[in-house]
Amino acid sequence: MLQSPTVRTSLIFLAIALVALLFTDIAITASNPWRDLGNFFLGVVTPNFFSSEGLMTALLRTVAFAFVGVALGSVCGFLLALVYRWLPVRIMCAFVRAIHELFWALIFLQFFGFHPLTGVLAIAIPYSGIFAKVYSEILDEADPEPGRLLPPRTGVIAAFLYTRIPDCWVQMRTYTAYRLECGLRSSAILGFVGLPTLGFYLESAFSQGHYSDAGAMLILFYVLIATMPLWVRPKLLPVYLVGAPFFLGEGLPIVWGNVARFFTQDIVPSPLRGEEGWSGMGPWLGDMLINQAMPGIWNTVLLTQVALVATGIIALLAFPLISTHFGGPVRRTSGHVFLVIMRSTPEYILAYILLQLWGPSMLPAVVALALHNGGIIGHLIGRQSSTIRLRTDAPTGLDRYTYELVPRVYRSFLAFLFYRWEIIMRETAILGILGIYTLGFYVDSAIQNIQFDRAMVLILITASLNIGVDILGRYIRRKLALQTMPTC
Amino acid sequence: MALNLIRKLMVSSLFCFGAASASAETFVFTAIPDEDETKLVERFRGVADYLSSELDVDVRYIPVKSYAAAVSAFRNNQVQLAWFGGLSGVQARRLVPGSEAIAQGVEDQAFETYFIANTSTGIQPADELSALEDELEGKTFTFGSKGSTSGRLMPEFYIRETFGQQPEEFFSRVGFSGNHTRTLRLVEAGTYEVGALNFQVWEKELENGNIDTDAVQVIWKTPTYPDYQWTIRGDVNERFGEGFKQRVTEALLNLDDPELLESFPRSGFIPASNDDYEPISKTAEEIGILD
Repeated sequence: MLQSPTVRTSLIFLAIALVALLFTDIAITASNPWRDLGNFFLGVVTPNFFSSEGLMTALLRTVAFAFVGVALGSVCGFLLALVYRWLPVRIMCAFVRAIHELFWALIFLQFFGFHPLTGVLAIAIPYSGIFAKVYSEILDEADPEPGRLLPPRTGVIAAFLYTRIPDCWVQMRTYTAYRLECGLRSSAILGFVGLPTLGFYLESAFSQGHYSDAGAMLILFYVLIATMPLWVRPKLLPVYLVGAPFFLGEGLPIVWGNVARFFTQDIVPSPLRGEEGWSGMGPWLGDMLINQAMPGIWNTVLLTQVALVATGIIALLAFPLISTHFGGPVRRTSGHVFLVIMRSTPEYILAYILLQLWGPSMLPAVVALALHNGGIIGHLIGRQSSTIRLRTDAPTGLDRYTYELVPRVYRSFLAFLFYRWEIIMRETAILGILGIYTLGFYVDSAIQNIQFDRAMVLILITASLNIGVDILGRYIRRKLALQTMPTC
Repeated sequence: MALNLIRKLMVSSLFCFGAASASAETFVFTAIPDEDETKLVERFRGVADYLSSELDVDVRYIPVKSYAAAVSAFRNNQVQLAWFGGLSGVQARRLVPGSEAIAQGVEDQAFETYFIANTSTGIQPADELSALEDELEGKTFTFGSKGSTSGRLMPEFYIRETFGQQPEEFFSRVGFSGNHTRTLRLVEAGTYEVGALNFQVWEKELENGNIDTDAVQVIWKTPTYPDYQWTIRGDVNERFGEGFKQRVTEALLNLDDPELLESFPRSGFIPASNDDYEPISKTAEEIGILD
């Protein structure tokens, strides 16, 4: 078994995670975490839908921001996909998608302030990078045959529209619809930094211990996502798209002078602004690297590796819940509900909830990342396992799980896991805003101290780290010959 | 079909930019989110109504999620007036030349930070912080918000001055709860053993019977320092008419609705000036929060 490269890779990552665990701050510091958790679940089962006047507006805004952001992102992404062969475009796309939506929001907040554009761009920009990549992959895989059959002198645009698009249309549509679900999650968490979406009210309700209000918001959010196939209909899309921009809220007017100031002053490193000049850059950068970037990177990497393996374990444990090879319809239905809840709850919200309940340490972050990502992967491989046909005399129970199903789904399981590696790291960094000492903590601290020059350098470091892990993840997937479809 | 959809997407994104540029001359103010949001919204909606009737313009309060967001909104001229803490006020006035501290609460001339501890730690109140060195060392500790004066700046200053160490070195775990009410709740629940908070929040919660005094107690009080104040932008007269700044100042100084004052809680507002906050500025420079 050790000869198998997939097993060896798995064991290496397991070993790294175990070593990382030694350095990870894992603790429950709340004196009575189970009572709080109990109160929280009590709140969820006794939801109060009428607490906040703004709840329905917030839900509407969440949907509106998701629609406008994803629409804008998909258009830009499509245009970029057409020139994706060009290296600078690829680098730019990799770069914009390596920066989390919340970081984009924090940046735009500094000069657009509480204007709808902040939220729209925070979603649209990273999403265009992702759309560009995925669309271009889909377009590349289009069958070249119809193109060869065209008469000579057919225009490039006509050829593209009549030979490439029809072949890719369904895939692109499916992916865009899927991305809309991710957009809803992104939109919801933007509220945590002050935009008028669901996260805004969720944060207030939670921090004040109003669990019934928070429960109501979470339930509404799950219902919104679970019913997407019912209300996101191709025929209704134009209505939504035209209507959504009007439901973003007014916000506050943009003062364009702030934009110029941000780019010409705020993000210029402070030694260059002052009299020190370039000679001051060394100490300035050095101080930041030693005191902020290094501890931030260290904690981010530790947490990512532990969360990655925890995600894998959760996924492997969770997929039988929805697999047709186990249990009856009742158990599978409850399995489905459980997995929908796990994957619909953004990591950020899960981590926030657990931090409130268990107190500060890396544990809530690990659990949140593992539950959310494990839920997604568990769902995907669970579905895949249902398509496997077993012999009528195949073993049952644990033997069926260990000898029949796990080996058959293991490669795609690993493919998804390595695909999500970079996503887990991006989320790990952002969880720092909640007070875990990952890179996001230092970015947030710099912003709180109104030192945007520092914040920008730290965001750039975070982005580079994500790009590095993305490359490594792709290298491993190629080495192991693993293929996967994109998830978010 | 593809083109059609793409065209619709384009059109709708244009709408989004179009809808964005509408604006009205409304006097907007904000406040640092130092307490539970419900309380803040209630309090500042009252202030907005009061100012609106006194000034004869539309006045709007917008809640924000962080101290820095309040400072940024002020700096970006999206709000023209703000209820800042000592530190956020200094930050804001440095970033907006011509802006002025116009009024402070009576209590803000001599503000204090209370260090509080969960009673399970057995730490007894002391007059000097240095007397608590052995008991405090290695405990878990929470500040309020990273940008808070009473919840971060002053306690960090005294910790460094007294123990000669950074808080992260002296305590086993250091957190930022986000606001004063949360600091109180976290120490009361034992999530953190020790914390530091705005003395007014403590006194008010105590008076309202919202503190389990068997679980948490004050162990040390800092010397006094200047804190909260109303700060206004220098360019409001150009936008809202001659003498507007003076009218806002007078309206705030004349605020005598007991219920509204109680919600702050302040006994009244008195004149303030930028120079009043020089000590805060110096302290912030000393611990490196301000350049």
